[in-house]
Amino acid sequence: MHEIPVRRLVIATGLLLLTACATGTPGRSSAVHETTLANGLRVIVKEDHRAPVVVSEVWYRVGSIDEPEGITGVSHVLEHMMFKGTKRLKPNEFSRIIAANGGTENAFTSHNYTGYFQMLERSRLPVALELEAERMHNLRLDPVEYRKEIRVVMEERRLRIEDRPEQQVDERFMATAYRVSPYRHPVIGLMRDLENMKVEDLRRWYDRFYSPSNATLVVVGDVDPQEVFALARKYFGPIPARANNHPVLPAEPPQTESRRVRLKLPAEVPYLVMGYHAPSHTAHRESWEPYALYVLAGILDGGNSARFPTDLVRGRRIAASAGVGYFPVSRGTTLFMAEAHPAQGHTIEDLERAIRDQFERLKREPVGADELARVKAQVAAADVYARDSIYMQARKLASYATIGLDWRQADAFVRHIQAVTPEQVQTVARRYLIDSNLTVAVLDPLPMDPGKKKRRPAMEGRHGQ
Amino acid sequence: MASNYVDFRQLPLSLRERVRGEGILSTLLALWLAMLLFASPAEAGPRIEHWTLANGTRVYFVEAHDIPMVQLRLVFDSAASRDPVGKSGLALMTNRLLHEGAGGLDAGEIARRFERLGAEYGQDAGRDMAVVELRSLSEARLLQPALELLALIVRQPDFPAGAFERERARSLIALQRDLANPAAVVQKTFYRELYGSHPYAADPPGDPDSLKALTRDDLVAHYRRYYVGRNAVLVIVGDLTRRQANRMANTVAGDLPAGEIAAPLPKVTNGKGIKRAIAFPAKQTHVRIGMPVLVRNDPDLFPLYVGNYILGGGGLVSRLADEVREKRGYAYSVYSYFQPMREAGPFVLGLQTKNTQKADALKVVRRVLDEFIAKGPTAKELEDAKKHLVGGYPLKLAGNRKIADQVAYIAFYELPLDWLDTFTARVETVTVEQIRDAFQRRVRLNELVTVTVGGR
Repeated sequence: MHEIPVRRLVIATGLLLLTACATGTPGRSSAVHETTLANGLRVIVKEDHRAPVVVSEVWYRVGSIDEPEGITGVSHVLEHMMFKGTKRLKPNEFSRIIAANGGTENAFTSHNYTGYFQMLERSRLPVALELEAERMHNLRLDPVEYRKEIRVVMEERRLRIEDRPEQQVDERFMATAYRVSPYRHPVIGLMRDLENMKVEDLRRWYDRFYSPSNATLVVVGDVDPQEVFALARKYFGPIPARANNHPVLPAEPPQTESRRVRLKLPAEVPYLVMGYHAPSHTAHRESWEPYALYVLAGILDGGNSARFPTDLVRGRRIAASAGVGYFPVSRGTTLFMAEAHPAQGHTIEDLERAIRDQFERLKREPVGADELARVKAQVAAADVYARDSIYMQARKLASYATIGLDWRQADAFVRHIQAVTPEQVQTVARRYLIDSNLTVAVLDPLPMDPGKKKRRPAMEGRHGQ
Repeated sequence: MASNYVDFRQLPLSLRERVRGEGILSTLLALWLAMLLFASPAEAGPRIEHWTLANGTRVYFVEAHDIPMVQLRLVFDSAASRDPVGKSGLALMTNRLLHEGAGGLDAGEIARRFERLGAEYGQDAGRDMAVVELRSLSEARLLQPALELLALIVRQPDFPAGAFERERARSLIALQRDLANPAAVVQKTFYRELYGSHPYAADPPGDPDSLKALTRDDLVAHYRRYYVGRNAVLVIVGDLTRRQANRMANTVAGDLPAGEIAAPLPKVTNGKGIKRAIAFPAKQTHVRIGMPVLVRNDPDLFPLYVGNYILGGGGLVSRLADEVREKRGYAYSVYSYFQPMREAGPFVLGLQTKNTQKADALKVVRRVLDEFIAKGPTAKELEDAKKHLVGGYPLKLAGNRKIADQVAYIAFYELPLDWLDTFTARVETVTVEQIRDAFQRRVRLNELVTVTVGGR
């Protein structure tokens, strides 16, 4: 889903999949059950009895887009602190209890949401629910623990962003494509904000957003839905209801001119990122638009026979790699993105031109029936494959619910994809893949060792035979 | 990309990251390792049926009808450990070229045929295993053509000269990108220092000089020598009967020549406490500490695995995570693991920390390791470890792909077919004394290799 790197968009995304080839096997799709507790907690359960295991996820509708300037990264730091002690749990005791019950766990933060999950043998589900309920309303936020954990987060930022030139370009890209909307801020936060952050900032954030009515519990696995509802009432029911207090997100003014940014950083290979503001499932002119863009992404990069690998990598050999990314499960608008590395002997400018030619072709001529059938068959098959993972099933339900969509819409994904026409693909290309809507960011490598001249080209000398 | 960036509290090791980092072996291995840590006497593993085709291909089949799909993995002993001196990268390049042209079809046509069936093809090669993988719906009109195409790829690859030049050029760019990535630099340096002149020393993708030295003839020769029945195992998990699985196995691998099994690899000779510090323009220093230790059937395997869970394998609840991350905030990621391979695979301890903290972090890590080796775990730690490893056993076999991962490991290394069934029982028998004894004999402090990559 959202965190999947661009290159693997079509094969890996839990969302994109459908039921193959018109007559494909529908398979045994088990029903989803849903209830809402009196305090507002939404509970969604899906049965999957293939193995005696269960995944439990609690997602909060809060992410970096809710953050004001000055405390960017606070949602993510709070996510880390959720493991550092509550009224009844010592620091890290949450993880120790899950581990001693044979479970695995993790948590994640994105622009749109914050999520926590555990995977366990089925009988241990009450353990996970009791612990999650405890930290939903009894978090301690101890200042001593905070001072250590904020250093862990700074190390995380160094690891993920500061020592990785391409990630720095991605960060700058977002800050260029968005001028007003908080999507411009990195999820992990700016270093200066992490340095200045106070435990009180976290306390306010927690009090404001960690309430039952701002959360969704999703359970998938070898369970009985009514039993899960009863457990949810037992553990989460006593948590007092609280009003939600979401900020009004500033709208990004329509972009009126293309934007460019070029970063010179110590690196080895040039890198190109391009992005267009694009509709999502929650923000669009017409509801079919995200599906048409999804298909468009598959036409360009949905496998080795798609246009980017065929034309840019194998045909003209202008790209060493090239991919697109489009993620319509968002609380606001989203971006349609491309990223690429030039092949030896080609410039970033050549590469950008070649990618734009691909977009122009989509505007000029409708996609072929064969290509469209190929994308639809892949989406259908992938929908079947996704049933092999209870984790992916839970993520799909939780992400839709958390951004404010009905989970039934996730179930209807394959159907909506199958309905996409060549004209609709052409229409979204013409509407959104236009210059005035484009942002381009480029990595222009500087020598890694400032004492040395620029590295010699990678390919020289003997080429084999 | 940026807009989809998600921060995890702990680095989730994606398949891709693992494969890039250490070759597919570590992927399969990490999964197997996790499984290994997760067996339970009460719960048997999946029923594995095993037979051998006329050409020597060993077939392992698990019947699973819940989802109308088939997961297939064909593994050859033809990975980077088979690369001749000066030609590292050969095995992976051969593996990558299989689907770039076969039986007269070009890469685009092969991809088109798979993709319009909804089939997913994949390949990779690490140090021990070269893998070709297919996932397909089980409906016969979709499955049968996908299998025939797979058979064409493994039986009649063309190794087109143009595709070879293109893929080599792309590999060179990827290697050049790695030079700017401290995580890649530390990993490659670490294996070089650990293994010296042993074939495991080289990075599976090769290096610029070795890639430039490759010829198309090298690829063809490598393919002819190693992509043969006696050197292959085929794992099938899915919505099939045994009879269907056997027909399918013959379709995919039955036409391979029998050939010869790959020769035994040279033994690993242990090093002598090398320390390497590589200057690199970065804010963090990446650290690796370790030595070659484990083969697949090693009698110390269980004590070392269970012990390592306590030392550095148990995510955020290990001793290393507790001392380095939880108590001091020195690192986001700190861990240790054993990686059993065909010949001695490494014990690895790793972390990253800001440059100015490197010395302090190293001191803490060495103290934790020294103390663990000297005293072993406490009885309570061992009890918690067993609860985790035994209690979570079912997670590791939940899904066709996970089952295929485990079975491929058992098949490739010729472990007993009841390996999954007996696993938890063997975890349960491990004692504090066995762990201490095994660590003292096998993780020798004076032989540990330490590599750091970072700034001052």
